Formats: sequence, C-alpha cells, structure tokens
Amino acid sequence: MLLVVAVLVFALLRFAPGDPAAIMAGDAATAEQIAQIRAGLGLDRPLVVQFGIWLGKVLSGDLGESFYFRIKVATLIGQRLEPTFALAALTMVIAVLVSVPLGVLAAWRHGGWLDRALMGFSVLGFSVPVFVLAYLLIWLFSLELGWLPVQGYARIADGIWNFLRHLILPATTLSVIYIALIARVTRAAVLEALGEDYIRTARAKGLPERRVLVRHALANAAVPIATVIGIGIAILIGGVVVTESVYAIPGLGRLTVDAVLARDFPTIQGVILFFSLVYVAVNLLIDLSYVFLDPRIRY
Amino acid sequence: MVWRNWSVRIGGAALIALVLLAIAAPWLGTVDPTLFDAASRDLRPGEVGSVTMLDGETVAHRFLMGSDSYGRDIYSRVLYGTRVSFAVGLVAALAALALGIAAGLVAGYIRWADGLLMRVMDGIMAIPAILIAIAVVALWRASLATVIVAIAIPEIPRVTRLVRALVLTIREEPYVEAAVSLGTPTMKIMLGHILPNTVAPLLVQGTYICAFAILLEAILSFLGVGLPPDIPTWGNIMAEGRVQFVAYPHNVFFPGLFLAVTVLAVNMLGDGLRDTLDPKLAEARASAQVLDEHA
Repeated sequence: MLLVVAVLVFALLRFAPGDPAAIMAGDAATAEQIAQIRAGLGLDRPLVVQFGIWLGKVLSGDLGESFYFRIKVATLIGQRLEPTFALAALTMVIAVLVSVPLGVLAAWRHGGWLDRALMGFSVLGFSVPVFVLAYLLIWLFSLELGWLPVQGYARIADGIWNFLRHLILPATTLSVIYIALIARVTRAAVLEALGEDYIRTARAKGLPERRVLVRHALANAAVPIATVIGIGIAILIGGVVVTESVYAIPGLGRLTVDAVLARDFPTIQGVILFFSLVYVAVNLLIDLSYVFLDPRIRY
Repeated sequence: MVWRNWSVRIGGAALIALVLLAIAAPWLGTVDPTLFDAASRDLRPGEVGSVTMLDGETVAHRFLMGSDSYGRDIYSRVLYGTRVSFAVGLVAALAALALGIAAGLVAGYIRWADGLLMRVMDGIMAIPAILIAIAVVALWRASLATVIVAIAIPEIPRVTRLVRALVLTIREEPYVEAAVSLGTPTMKIMLGHILPNTVAPLLVQGTYICAFAILLEAILSFLGVGLPPDIPTWGNIMAEGRVQFVAYPHNVFFPGLFLAVTVLAVNMLGDGLRDTLDPKLAEARASAQVLDEHA
C-alpha cells in the first residue's frame, strides 16, 4: 500500500507545472545550461529509472530540499514534529478518556436519556466543522471568560503549565469529532457484548455490575474500539491541518498549508508521505495490539 | 415509507429551506455580494449603513449580519454563498459517484482488473482526504473545476469499494446467472441487471458524500487554498473574517452557522435514508460511514 502511495506522490511531483531545471537555472539561463542541469538532476532518464532513484533516496530518508524554506525537507519535518505530535497525543488522551466511559454507560442504559443524548451528540459532533467549533471555543473561553490564551503554542521546554494552557483548547476542539466516533463504536460493541451468555453468567454469580461492565463487557468490546481508534488517525491528521491553522500552531499541518500556498512541491510531497507512513504504522501497531486485547487472535 | 422517518423529515425540510433561500436570494433584501462601501466597514449585525451600487449611486442598507472589513454585506454574501456551496457539493458528489460506480462495476465484475484497481484505491485511501484535496489544488491552481475534482478524488475509492462489494453479492444471484446463460453481453449485465440493484445503498452513500464535499470545500476555502477569494463562499467569508475575529466575531459565526446547519441537515437525511432504505446494515455501517465522510 505504501508503494502505491509512493507512486502517487512521485506522480504529483513529476506532473507539477513548471520545469524544476528551468526554475533552478534562473531567468538568464540558456537552453544548453538548462539541459545540463536537467542531466545533472537525472531528469532526462526514463520515468521508471527516475522513480527508482527517487524511491531509493526516500527510503534512505532523503526527501529533497524545500524550494521555499531552502533547507532539507526531512529537517523541516523534524522541526515541526513536536507541536503536531503533542496536539495529536493530547487529543487522543482526551478523546479516549471521555468517549469510552460514555459509550459503556450508554450501552448499559440502552435507550435511556444518556444513550439518546450521546447519539444526538455524535451526529452533531460529526456535522459541526472543526474550525467553526474552534472559533466558538476561542470566543467562549478566551474572549468572554478570558481563561485561556487565544492562539499560539508554547514548547514543553518552556514549562509544562504554559504548554498545556496553550494546547488544551486546540486538543478539545479536535477531540470532539473523535469522541463522537469512538463513543458510538464503543456503545455498539459493548451493547453486543452485553447480550452474550457470559454476561448473564457473570451477573448470576453475583459479580458487582461495575466488574461485569469493565471486565466482561468492555474487555470483549476492545478489538472494535482499538480498530476505530486506529482508522480515526486519518481524521486526526486532517483535523490537525485545520486546527493548527486556526490556533496558529507551528506544526506539520501549518507547514502543509504554507507549502501549498508557496507551491513548494518537495515539502508537500514529504508531508504527504510522512502522514501516510504514520497512518499505516499506527494501524499496524493496532493490528498487533489485538494479540493483547483478544488472546484468541494469533499471528 | 421514507417520509415516515423523522430524520428524513427534519433534514429534508432544512435542506429545502436552504435551497429556497439560495434560489430566492435576490429577493430577500440582499445586495450584490461583491459590492462594498468604505463608509460602512465593520458594522455590527443589524446596523444601518450605505452601499454604493455599480452605477455609483449610494443607498441605505440594513446589514442584518453586519459587514466585513471592505464594507460588504455579510448577509448577502452568506445567502449567495449557499448557492456555491450546494452546487460544489452536489457536482463533486455526482462526479465521485459516477467514477466510483464505473470503477466498482469493473472491479466487481471483471476479475483481472480487480487486483490492480483495488490496490490503487487502497493507496488513495491511505492518504487523508484533506491532504489529497490540498495536493490536487496545489497542482492546478485554485478554480471551480479544480476544487470540485480535488473534493471528488478522495471519495472515489469509498464508492468503488461499496459498489464492488455489492456487485460481488449480486453477481451470484440467480437472475444474473440466468442472464449469463442466455448469452447477454457483459456490458448489458453490468448496467441492466447489477447497477439498478445498487441504487439504495448508493443513494445513502451519495448523501454522505454531499455533506463531506460541502465541508471540504469550506475547509479548503478557509485555509486559503480553495475557490478564488472573489467568489463568495462560506469558507472564503470565514477566511476573510478570521483576521478580525477577536473584534468582529460575526464575520466567522454567521457563515459557520449556515455551514454547520447544512452539514447537519444532510447527515440527518443520510441517517434517515439509511435506516429506511438499508435497514439490515444500518447500525453496522453507521460508524463506517462517519469514517468515510471525514477520513
């Protein structure tokens, strides 16, 4: 699958308008000079050979040099990694801590007010665009109540408190859609587990309801929940692009938008490859985690 | 049957209301959404200011939703923006459906094409939709056509997968077998026997794609990589308003409200259609569809 992504990304760069050799040579270059640079870059060789060379470079971590920032794309991505990673991690923590208990409770009291409220909220959560929600929260917590800073980012190195103060609003914004998604799947999976015979047995043994819910129902619902957390990473990546723009966080999402506005193709290419790699890697980890979540699964 | 469902009723009614608003925009007290007047910049909602018409005449105008930093009427821009959003959403969804159906029929019915086609689709799906759309826009400069293509491409694999799965089930049905044994041409079997049986799930999927397309168009415009800024769309209005958000939040809130209500209405319509047309798979597919829509 990553190979297909690589081909697509390579095609993106090759079919980008503008001849890289002509751009590098500048306005005053003669046709011969341009041809020389083109030969130097290997652009006169067959496409398949070019792809092979390019793939070799990418695999050794060389993503080329940014047209706009004039530094290595790999270095650039490295510099922007911390804010994005922090935002994604905090979002995920908030989402899982809120959504899993909500989903379990909704399934436990199936058809009750919490269940209906949660289902209503999940439709709403999917529909309110991330950036609209972001401005709503900024308006409420930063402008009206004045509790939190409007925008910006503080590095972990500058103090954990300041770091969290800047990150809590973006992470909350981004977590809403994720909460809606995970809660919905948790509810459905736990609901299914609750109908099983072993739940009746557990209750008949006189186990406390809490233990029945957590050790029997939730444990058996763990695999679908883990799956949806993994697939949801794509939502998180898309959300990061928008959220970082609204909150002025200097991360990978912001870099993506800047790169597109500057038509900086090596950077666009690098970011897309990186995000796809993360997506595939996370889902691989999730697949591997099934072994721990469900002892019946073996590879 | 379909109309008995409350989700369909509420979502459908809201959408009809929005479409009527968009069509009737010229008669609802709006002015040309591109007109500006330096004398009425940054008005609060409900304040009265003036508008300079194209012929140079200045008329008084009540700015129901305030004005932006050029002195343009937000209310007019939002109403005319409804037209753009709906048109882009619908056309992008239809394009994704058409291409996805074609690819899905081929992948599901013609064995040798299946492997290659589905690998390519998997590859597209491994890249988050927003990134594909952004990359496509970066390739060919933002225009109406580019944005529609950019929104449609990430949706094609999802339609293809759905159609392929449906075709794989339907092709085993006795009536298809009968058609094959009668020597019916492959093309006719695909279009005449298999396609009509995929309509209900596709209608549901198409509705969700519409919601996603409207959302993605707004996101692209908001990020500044979508439709050209002179076209009034909800995303563009918000993109212009965000600079002044702290002082004048209405520039962002009104288009945002319209966008949220629209997406909610389309989603409700989709949920209702799914429950009535496709009840077997309703709950199981609910979360998958959400993922499709946003991933």
